Amino acid sequence: MSKKLLLKNDHIPNIHQLAVYRAHGGYAVLENTLKNSNPDHVLEEVKKSGLRGRGGAGFPTGLKWSFLARPEGVSRYLVCNADESEPGTFKDRYLMERIPHLLIEGMILSSFALGAKTSYIYIRGEYFYVARILEAAIAEAYAAGLLGKNILGSGFDHDCYVQVGAGAYICGEETALLESLEGKRGNPRIKPPFPAVAGLYGCPTVVNNVETIAAVVLILELGGDEYAKIGIGKSTGTKLISASGHINNPGVYEIELGVPVEEFIYSEQYCGGIRGGRKLKAVVAGGSSVPILPAELILKTANGEPRLMSYESLGDGGFATGTMLGSGGFIVMDEDTSIVKNLYTFARFYHHESCGQCSPCREGTGWMEKILHKILEGHGTMQDIDLLWDIQSKIEGKTICPLGEAAAWPVAAAIRHFRSEFESYVQNPENIKDIKHYYRLQN
Amino acid sequence: MPLVTIDDIPVEVPEGTTILEAARMIGGDIVPPAMCFHSKLKTSGGYCRTCIVKVEQGSAKDPRPIPKPVASCRTTVMDGMVVRNITSPENLEARAGVVELLLINHPLDCPVCDQAGECHLQDLGYEHGKEATRYEFARREFEPTDIGEHIKLHMNRCILCYRCVKVADQITDGRCHGVINRGEVAEISTYIEKAIDNDFSGNVIDVCPVGALTDKTFRFKSRVWFTKPVDAHRNCAKCCGKVRLWYQGEEVLRVTARKDQWGEVEDNTDGTTAWICNECRFDKKNTTDWTIEGPSKIDRHSVISANHYETSLRNIKADTLKMMGSVPHGVKVELGTGALDPNNLHK
Repeated sequence: MSKKLLLKNDHIPNIHQLAVYRAHGGYAVLENTLKNSNPDHVLEEVKKSGLRGRGGAGFPTGLKWSFLARPEGVSRYLVCNADESEPGTFKDRYLMERIPHLLIEGMILSSFALGAKTSYIYIRGEYFYVARILEAAIAEAYAAGLLGKNILGSGFDHDCYVQVGAGAYICGEETALLESLEGKRGNPRIKPPFPAVAGLYGCPTVVNNVETIAAVVLILELGGDEYAKIGIGKSTGTKLISASGHINNPGVYEIELGVPVEEFIYSEQYCGGIRGGRKLKAVVAGGSSVPILPAELILKTANGEPRLMSYESLGDGGFATGTMLGSGGFIVMDEDTSIVKNLYTFARFYHHESCGQCSPCREGTGWMEKILHKILEGHGTMQDIDLLWDIQSKIEGKTICPLGEAAAWPVAAAIRHFRSEFESYVQNPENIKDIKHYYRLQN
Repeated sequence: MPLVTIDDIPVEVPEGTTILEAARMIGGDIVPPAMCFHSKLKTSGGYCRTCIVKVEQGSAKDPRPIPKPVASCRTTVMDGMVVRNITSPENLEARAGVVELLLINHPLDCPVCDQAGECHLQDLGYEHGKEATRYEFARREFEPTDIGEHIKLHMNRCILCYRCVKVADQITDGRCHGVINRGEVAEISTYIEKAIDNDFSGNVIDVCPVGALTDKTFRFKSRVWFTKPVDAHRNCAKCCGKVRLWYQGEEVLRVTARKDQWGEVEDNTDGTTAWICNECRFDKKNTTDWTIEGPSKIDRHSVISANHYETSLRNIKADTLKMMGSVPHGVKVELGTGALDPNNLHK
């Protein structure tokens, strides 16, 4: 089920240049839409396509757009969330690096649909070189009359800016992103009001992921109904997956939603199987914050049906036996991986990235990291495992933004599915101190 | 007007009221504790998560429950909303969790803290916390710093409620006070310890729910429960001049704004908030500077009220009358309220 839409031209040399991009059909959709269509039609097509947000939450994009308040005389904004900070996710970087014009075309089209005269691409600080690529592409677009006043003679004005963040995971949360974009401390806002009503500078704002905005171009190219035929059920279209970990071919893959997980991991077309012929142990299917699943549950659902790469199938069984598609950060772990060590790495990350605004996340993330460190060092007790479970339950759902959940879910899932491993760290501390074991060296 | 039911008690409230405000209208035990919300400061609240409640029914129109606990201080009531606070064991457990988390990095240095006795975190710990912590690691530590001439910042005690930041934003001009760093090591700072040079900066002390911001002119002078609060006023060109003086004997140890039963600064009769200026707060420590109005009315169930001027006087009077066996007809005497109660004499 290989289907390339977003990345169909990524192999073409110099596709990042405007001339090459246009030679391969780039901006044709924009030209056609601006001449022959209207904003409502674009919104209708996006609704029909069933496109769901590619940033992680999977909220239907058309619905999100229709929530945008449209008061008279108030500016509206489109903000592209390019603060791709979820560990294990690197698809947006690839897309922006290779085909920056696809994102820009999507930005103009989406802004046309939303009636936004200004849009911003908020990109994470670590991607400064990608920001340069985008800025060069935007300059090319301005020079070609694709941005600025009266785009292609249509009477539609639009300005697009790139804003580089300072490198904070929290600024990927949409309201923290807006705060940061306004030049303030990147703390999430308390909702409601939602950005669709009061977002950037207090004006109605839509915040979408890079991949979501790029997909708008393809939806208008194919037509919403055609796009909806791709994929499976309510998971329509294609999705970029960032595959990493112990696999033979790590990288960014575009898949049609609905590919079986087993095929994705073992097929030569995608991950190419586990490195060194080892056995699969566990997979984090959608970026570090989604629950980890052991091999038997990631390949098959609890009912014994094959697990597919789709929003519904990965979510099958809830968090007891399922997980989430998330942002598509597919991290594969082989049989030699220590789940406890891996969890410690995640916990350290969330502790470091907590903004400190609300108490459960600020205090709890640090506590969980300390306990995991204690267990890893061989000083853990059985009570510590229960305590970890209790702390994550005290954070989950009690915080302002989803960072609390992002920190709690991996801990909960690791204990749920791999409790025996935690217990073995507690019961056999001498094994940990064995340096060879610690660094997974072969005897 | 929307009708909301909190812990099975219905109350009709004006449009736009928050769940916390509605609960305060009902009063009593069902009022959720609030550490970071301060009704006189715009956009305050939502950070500490101690006021979380369970919304069983979103509204009459959309009766679905809200899946996660909500911060009652920042959630507006809808008509037909059903809220559970103390009648939901699950909610109390969640709150106990928040309290435990708030305390893991707090130094618990109440014996040497000037705020002890009127500390919201102390009250919160007593009322909603567990008897012991499960935290066994080193607590985060900061050095105490001076914020200007009169204010001491003990960052160790801070719970990052952001109230003082809102005061700096909304009451004083030219903010030089905010939060730096993030996560657990985030701290209130004036950036390189720049002094707050503003007539109203002292109000950060009054809004601080813990002992993080204290009055240097009062530090270590007395425990608050040994001082007697008296309301007084003076003609002040800068502020309303309505204050609370805290006496020990004849000496005014401290001047603060007047606070209500929720620990929030009171309103003036014209609806403005009775913030006070630094001159009244730090420089007017003589009785002759003030016109005394009388003992302060303290509603707050604080340790201060245990030794409170007014209550003690009333108790002594009642106890004396009772001992004399001559309670005048029609006077209601509360039994066992004061030290002079014969039943208490042997203690």
